[in-house]
Amino acid sequence: MSPSRTNALSLHVPMPRARPGDKPDFSGWSFPEPGATPRPDVDASGAELRDYAYGLIRVLDMDGNALGPWAPHLSPDTLRRGLKYMVLTRAFDERMHRAQRQGKTSFYMQCLGEEAIAVAQALALSPDDMCFPSYRQQGLLIAREYPLVDMMNQIYSNAADPLKGRQLPIMYSSKQAGFFTISGNLATQVPQAVGWAMASAYAGDVRIAATWLGEGSTAEGDFHSAMTFASVYRAPVIINVVNNQWAISSFQGIAGGENTTFAARGVGYGIPPLRVDGNDFLAVYAVTQWAVERARSNLGPTLIEHFSYRGGPHSTSDDPARYRPADEGRSWPLGDPIERLKRHLISLGEWSEDQHKAAQEEAAETVRAAGREAEKVGTLSDNAHPRESMFDDVYKELPWHLRAQRAEQDQ
Amino acid sequence: MTSMTMIQALNSALDNMMARDPNVMTFGEDVGYFGGVFRVTEHLQEKYGARRCFDAPINEGGITATAIGMAVYGLRPVVEIQFADYMYPGYDQLVSEAARIRYRSAGDFTVPMTVRMPYGGGIYGGQTHSQSPEALFTHVAGLKTVIPSTPYDAKGLLISAIEDDDPVIFLEPKRIYNGPFDGRRDRPVTPWSKHAASEVPEDHYRIPLGQAKVLREGADLTILAYGTMVHVALAAAEESGIDAEVIDLRTLVPVDIEAITKSVAKTGRCVVVHEATRTSGYGAELSALVQEHCFYHLEAPIERVTGYDTPYPHALEWEYFPTPQRLIKAMRRVMEA
Repeated sequence: MSPSRTNALSLHVPMPRARPGDKPDFSGWSFPEPGATPRPDVDASGAELRDYAYGLIRVLDMDGNALGPWAPHLSPDTLRRGLKYMVLTRAFDERMHRAQRQGKTSFYMQCLGEEAIAVAQALALSPDDMCFPSYRQQGLLIAREYPLVDMMNQIYSNAADPLKGRQLPIMYSSKQAGFFTISGNLATQVPQAVGWAMASAYAGDVRIAATWLGEGSTAEGDFHSAMTFASVYRAPVIINVVNNQWAISSFQGIAGGENTTFAARGVGYGIPPLRVDGNDFLAVYAVTQWAVERARSNLGPTLIEHFSYRGGPHSTSDDPARYRPADEGRSWPLGDPIERLKRHLISLGEWSEDQHKAAQEEAAETVRAAGREAEKVGTLSDNAHPRESMFDDVYKELPWHLRAQRAEQDQ
Repeated sequence: MTSMTMIQALNSALDNMMARDPNVMTFGEDVGYFGGVFRVTEHLQEKYGARRCFDAPINEGGITATAIGMAVYGLRPVVEIQFADYMYPGYDQLVSEAARIRYRSAGDFTVPMTVRMPYGGGIYGGQTHSQSPEALFTHVAGLKTVIPSTPYDAKGLLISAIEDDDPVIFLEPKRIYNGPFDGRRDRPVTPWSKHAASEVPEDHYRIPLGQAKVLREGADLTILAYGTMVHVALAAAEESGIDAEVIDLRTLVPVDIEAITKSVAKTGRCVVVHEATRTSGYGAELSALVQEHCFYHLEAPIERVTGYDTPYPHALEWEYFPTPQRLIKAMRRVMEA
C-alpha cells in the first residue's frame, strides 16, 4: 500500500497571521525596491510578462523620491490635482461616515487608504472612458468632478437623488460621468465591462473600459468569465483587482492569496498581469497609463493587482476590531497614499505642509457646503421620491400589471 | 411569402434585423461558422462577417454578462443559450443585472438585449435538454418573456424582441422547430410547409409583444397555452368534441389579460397547460389571474395540465409530456364539474 493510503488526510483552512489582540505581522513580506522593476513595451506578450505577476511595481520611495523607468513624469499641476482629489475623497468619506452614525442615512463605505487607486486611474484614463466600478471607487467620481451634492443626495435617498431612492447608499450611477451603476452583487460588473469594451471595439470607437473588483470577489465565477472573454476577444479593457487584504472579515488567503498572487490569475489567461503598490500614486498612474496604451492599440486587456490595505471597516455595518488587530492599518509597510504623494510634492519643492493643511481645510469646507445643500433637500426617509415612482423604470413603458399595482396603493 | 420552418423564420428575423440595424449582432456557443446546433444562425457569419456573428466560449454567465455590457454600450445583441437548461450559470446576470439596470440607474442605463433559448421536451433530450424554465424568468421584474408557436409568429415576435428597449427572454419550443407536433406520437408530424402559419414574409414585420391570439374559437371552455402546447391544445379540442377556445399567449410577461378575461368570461371554464413542472409554474400565475379577473364567470374549478414535479425523465418522457389525452381528461372534468 502506498503511503498516501496510510496517511490520514487533513483539511487546510487558511488563517491570517494576526487576529485582535495579536501584534500586526507583515514580516516575511519582501517587496522589490522602488524603481527596480523594468517597464516593458506595451506590445509584450502575456507570457513575457509572467514575472510581473509575482513582483511589485513601485515608483515612490518612503522619502518621496520618484525612481526608475515607471516614473510617469507628471507635471506638478497634475500631481497637485491628484493630491487634492485624494484629500477631497478622504474628507467626503469622513463626513459621510459620520452622517451615517448620526442617522442621516442607512449605510456608508469609505475607501480610506485606497484613494490613490481610483484617483490616479481616473486621471490616467480619458474622461469618457467607461468605468465599471465596485463600491470603493468613489475617487473616480470625485476626480471626474461629479457634483458632491449629487453623491450625497444619492446617499440620503432624498427627493434630489438621481437614482430616485432605489439604491443602497453609495451605489452611484452616472452615464454622463462614465460611471456604470454599481451592483451590490460582487464581480457582476467585470464581464459586463468586457462586453462594453467588445462593443466599443465592434463599433470602431476609441473609448476603452476599466473595471474594479476586490481580491475577495475574484473567487466569483464572473471574474473568470470576464478573464476568458477579455482574453479570447482581446477586449480593450483594464481589469483592476484591488487587493486591500480584507473581504469584510476574511483575509485575502480565503480568496486564494495564500498560494499565489491575484495578478497571477492573469497568467493562465495570457493577460498581462501587473502587480503594483496601490498606495503609490505614481506607480498606479504609470501602470494604468501602460494598460491604457495597450488597450488603445488593440493589444487587448491588462490585469492589474493593486496591493493595498483597507484602512477602515468594510462598511458602517462592521467593526474591524472584532476580526483584525486594531492597529494593523497603521503598520502597513507601504504607508499612506496621501502622505506619500504629499512628501513627493514637497521634495520637488511644489508643495508645503502649510499648503497641505490649507488644502485639507478647503476640502472639508467644500464637503460641508455640499452637505448643507443636500441636507436641505432631505435625508433618509425625509422627503423621499413619491411612492408612485416605485413603478417607474422597471420597463421602458409601464405594463398593465404594474399600472394595476400602482393603482392598488391608493385603494 | 415563402414557406418556412420555425428555424428558417427565426433565421430570417435575424437576417432582416442585421441588414437593417448595424447595432444588431449575435453570438453564442457554436453560433458562428456552424450556424448553431439547431441552425438558427446559419449563413449569418458568411453574410455579415465574424464581427457580427461569432462563437462564444462555453460560459453562459460570460455570454449573458458581455451581452449586457454591449447593450449598455448601445448595441442590440441577440445571444443564443444553446439549451434553456444551460441558462442557470448566467441566471444571476439576468436576475440581478439585466432585469434591474434600467431601474437601479433610474433609466440612465438600459439593456436592449434578446436572449434566445431553445426549450421544452419531447425530443429524448433527458434532464438537461428538455426543461421548460419559463417561470424562472416570468417571476423576475424587469424581464419580458416571449414564446412563439408558429413560424410566422416566431419571426414577428423575434423582431419585436430585438427592437424592444428592455431585455427579452425568447424561448423557442424546439419540439416544433420543424413541424407542429401536437403530442400524438402515433402519427407522423405534419411538416410546417402544410401549415398556413408557415407562410412567412421575407421582409421585416412585427408582432407586438403582449398580445395573445385566439387560435380556435369556442363556447364551452378556454384553454390557455403557449409553445408546443398550443398544438397539443388544438388537437385536444378537435378530438374531445368539446367546443374549446384555444388561446396562444405568445407573450407571458406582460401577458394579455384582456384576451384571457374576454374568453373566460364567455366560456366560464378554463384549463391551463404547460410542459413545465407544476408547483409555482406559470400555470399557477394564470390560474390566479383567471380567479382574480373572472371569478364570477367561473362555473368550474380551473385545472392545470403540466409536467409532473420531477426532473425530466428520459425513458419515461411520454408519460411526463402533457399529451392531448391528458388534456382531454382535464377538459372533461372541467365540463362535468
